[in-house]
Amino acid sequence: METIIDIEWVLACYVDDVPENGGVCMKHGHEQIAIYNFSRRGEWYATQNLCPHKQQMSLSRGMIGSAGEACEPKVACPFHKKTFSLLSGECLSGDDYKIKTYPVKVTDGMVYVGVA
Amino acid sequence: MSKPTIIVVGNGMVGYKFCEKLVAKSSAFNIIVFGEEPRRAYDRVHLSEYFAGKSADDLSMSSASWYADHDIQLHLDDPIQEINRANKTIHSLKGITLGYDYLVLATGSSAFVPDIPGIEKEGVFVYRTIEDLELIKAYAINAKNGAVMGGGLLGLEAAKALIDLGIKQTHVIEFAPRLMPRQIDTAGSAMLQSKLSALGLNIHLNKSTACIAGDHKIEALQFNDDTLLAVDMLVISAGIRPRDELAKLAGLQVGTRGGIMVNERMQTSDDAIFAIGECALYDNMIYGLVAPGYEMAEVVVAQLIGTDKAFHSFDMSTKLKLIGVDVASFGDAFIAEPACRTIVFEDTHKGVYKRINISNDGKLLLGGILVGDADAYNILLQTVNNKIALPPNPEDMILGLRGGEQSEGAGVMSLPDDALICSCEAVSKGTICGVVNDGATSLDTIKKCTRAGTGCGGCMPMVKDLLAGTMKANGQYIKNVVCEHFDYSRQELYDLVKINKLKNYDLVLDHFGKGDGCETCKPLVASILSSLWNDLIVKQETIQDSNDRYLANIQKGGTYSVVPRIPGGEITPEKLIAIGQVAQKYGLYTKITGGQRIDLFGAHVSDLPLIWEELIDAGFESGHAYGKALRTVKSCVGSTWCRFGLHDSVSFAIEIEERYKGLRSPHKLKGGVSGCIRECAEAQSKDFGIIATEKGWNLYICGNGGSKPQHAQLLAADIDSKMLIKYLDRFLMFYIKTADPLTRTATWLNKMEGGMSYLKNVIINDSLGIAEQLEEEMQLLVDSFHCEWKEVVNNPALRSRFTHFVNAPGEKDPTVKFEGMREQVKAVW
Repeated sequence: METIIDIEWVLACYVDDVPENGGVCMKHGHEQIAIYNFSRRGEWYATQNLCPHKQQMSLSRGMIGSAGEACEPKVACPFHKKTFSLLSGECLSGDDYKIKTYPVKVTDGMVYVGVA
Repeated sequence: MSKPTIIVVGNGMVGYKFCEKLVAKSSAFNIIVFGEEPRRAYDRVHLSEYFAGKSADDLSMSSASWYADHDIQLHLDDPIQEINRANKTIHSLKGITLGYDYLVLATGSSAFVPDIPGIEKEGVFVYRTIEDLELIKAYAINAKNGAVMGGGLLGLEAAKALIDLGIKQTHVIEFAPRLMPRQIDTAGSAMLQSKLSALGLNIHLNKSTACIAGDHKIEALQFNDDTLLAVDMLVISAGIRPRDELAKLAGLQVGTRGGIMVNERMQTSDDAIFAIGECALYDNMIYGLVAPGYEMAEVVVAQLIGTDKAFHSFDMSTKLKLIGVDVASFGDAFIAEPACRTIVFEDTHKGVYKRINISNDGKLLLGGILVGDADAYNILLQTVNNKIALPPNPEDMILGLRGGEQSEGAGVMSLPDDALICSCEAVSKGTICGVVNDGATSLDTIKKCTRAGTGCGGCMPMVKDLLAGTMKANGQYIKNVVCEHFDYSRQELYDLVKINKLKNYDLVLDHFGKGDGCETCKPLVASILSSLWNDLIVKQETIQDSNDRYLANIQKGGTYSVVPRIPGGEITPEKLIAIGQVAQKYGLYTKITGGQRIDLFGAHVSDLPLIWEELIDAGFESGHAYGKALRTVKSCVGSTWCRFGLHDSVSFAIEIEERYKGLRSPHKLKGGVSGCIRECAEAQSKDFGIIATEKGWNLYICGNGGSKPQHAQLLAADIDSKMLIKYLDRFLMFYIKTADPLTRTATWLNKMEGGMSYLKNVIINDSLGIAEQLEEEMQLLVDSFHCEWKEVVNNPALRSRFTHFVNAPGEKDPTVKFEGMREQVKAVW
């Protein structure tokens, strides 16, 4: 059976607002969402902005990159370099943390983040 | 058919580990956990770190969603009150009644509180839970003297906690004639005592407490020998008492001195009920360490999923750091002659005591004790546990091979495959080498695949050696490469970037790398690009470390600090006032740094350009405190004011700082200039230090403060300023071109073949014929200096990047909070 989840697309910013191969932070109510412009791959990702390791609002300021043969896209927290998969949200540095991920779509130069 | 229900009573480390092990092996059970404390299981072993700045969340064993993610029902703050064995139900304090198929008691232990008159007085605490710690913390604010009752492992941990809380006089009261009576012998205790006394701890042995004196709160301890010790608070840590009251109430068999009796399968006298951890009594013994508790959890999991595993008496060997002093005991630590032969090494100067007990035939190691230096612990323990034949001179095991080259790594590789490497998670050498053979090449991967090293972490050095040893044995070339994206060393990459004139990261990655880069290679390439071309780093902001991206140092809570350059530490009153006004306006905490400048903390990212606009207007430039770059050149006041000064050290320090400011390098660079041999600028602890002599200047290089202090070494004596700058140009440029990433000059020199004489040859005698080239390259960097902040402040596009919210640029991060401290602010997080 297919489950249909209603996704609400929230306008975050213009494409130009997000640096190439970097991130910005978006305010959504009381939530902070990090949006990443992975321009090297032509991909966009979004995760929670909070790094679960030391509870810092920091992931949007982290460096992005890839891990392993499969080139799993990832972000590294600027505080202590814990890395997280941008696809699954899983911590790739051997810890049990997991961060929330969000879908992103880009239409007419505008970036939208999907919140459930 | 519905799943059988397992109820776990107790959410401590062992209760949690049981859940983790069970869900990893089977999903055939419905798991329900009840915990008495208000928070999820946390790491009690490292409890004292709570006072050293760790938060309750840091200590937590799992993430908040872990239980839900694994379909485990968790009831916190709700202790089980009653077990009805006939109906197989439990009843909780909050009124929940539930049926179980199996019950696992992991109720742990409570602090043993001796029955001393006055023990109920205010200011007397136990040391067991985070709640206890919070009570201690609150009370300690008004306490000057504190005592800990109990000189065992936990007691010394508690004493460390009191020291961390700022108690001025901390006493340890021990009833026995020695410290840590279960782990170390009298001579070891004496060594530990002298080390701890030197750290300011007052230790009283052979003291039994008669009563606790004081009106309603504790004022003093009265001892049986009629002496008195005035204290404001007391922490009791005199042992543990198993929490068996629930089991007793349910009619389960308990030991005469407490503890729920279990068999080797961890079953209590009711075979549907198991007991694990510190509440369980096996073979008349309570196991008060975490590793045997985890093993017990493993045994119960094995029963539940239908495999066979039994608990046998557990190795109680342990290694820990108490208030910075290594203490370890392993195997049979106390066996004495004539049952064995002992070898003892004692160095009262360094505070090291080592004892090993060997079999009378000299073939086997039976056990031992280490105080002050426990580096050999892992290999000694392996030698005992695996019955490895001793070398002909067993003393080598504690004295080290004198003159030999063999490393500990070779020792680890010679262990049998079933040698237990990680005792917390029961991971053998074979398992670890297995995942390396299957392609694991990093410690993270090994941790993830085997869980080795995820407990106390004490085995990590061995795991690292196994990784390196196995890879080497497989013929895998361990090359000092940058990361998975570049198969080159930093030096190779530097040359490639230079020869190919590459100016940005993506080009470098396309030409010489693979994948999409990472947090290791991006800042490394950024540093190389800066060292070569000195372009504005914010043009490639997303390959910079956060500090370089925002041209400020990120601090706890996510704010930044601002450090304007104050060359040589010389500053006019007008400039001082300007800094004060900026700090006042933006609510910043101010502190003088070790490098003779002023650090302004607590700046919101959106305020940074505004702050810098005002600082630049007042004549300041960026201090590059955020970069792997030249930081400061510290100076003493020199001959202009000082009656001892030989030359004008301030002017020279300013000249040098102005020359190299903004210079990007593999790691940070610091310098110092002293006007005479009294060395007030501490120049010999810097990457380059200059000291005035009667005839000119002495130049010292490759010194370091920090965790491994090292004095700088003399490169050239009595040289003039012009020659000195030539040598400095050559030295710094040679370092920039050849050092590994994040390597300070001291480490760079230590690793250099030929050491200082080789370096002298390159810099002074130009043995490589590159001196002129090095000077030219440096001149290019000096000539292309620009203040990064000035460029940002005057460039609206760059400025607009300094916001927290992309969709609300005016708003600051609402999670940033401050509280007051000595009339300034500090971050709350």
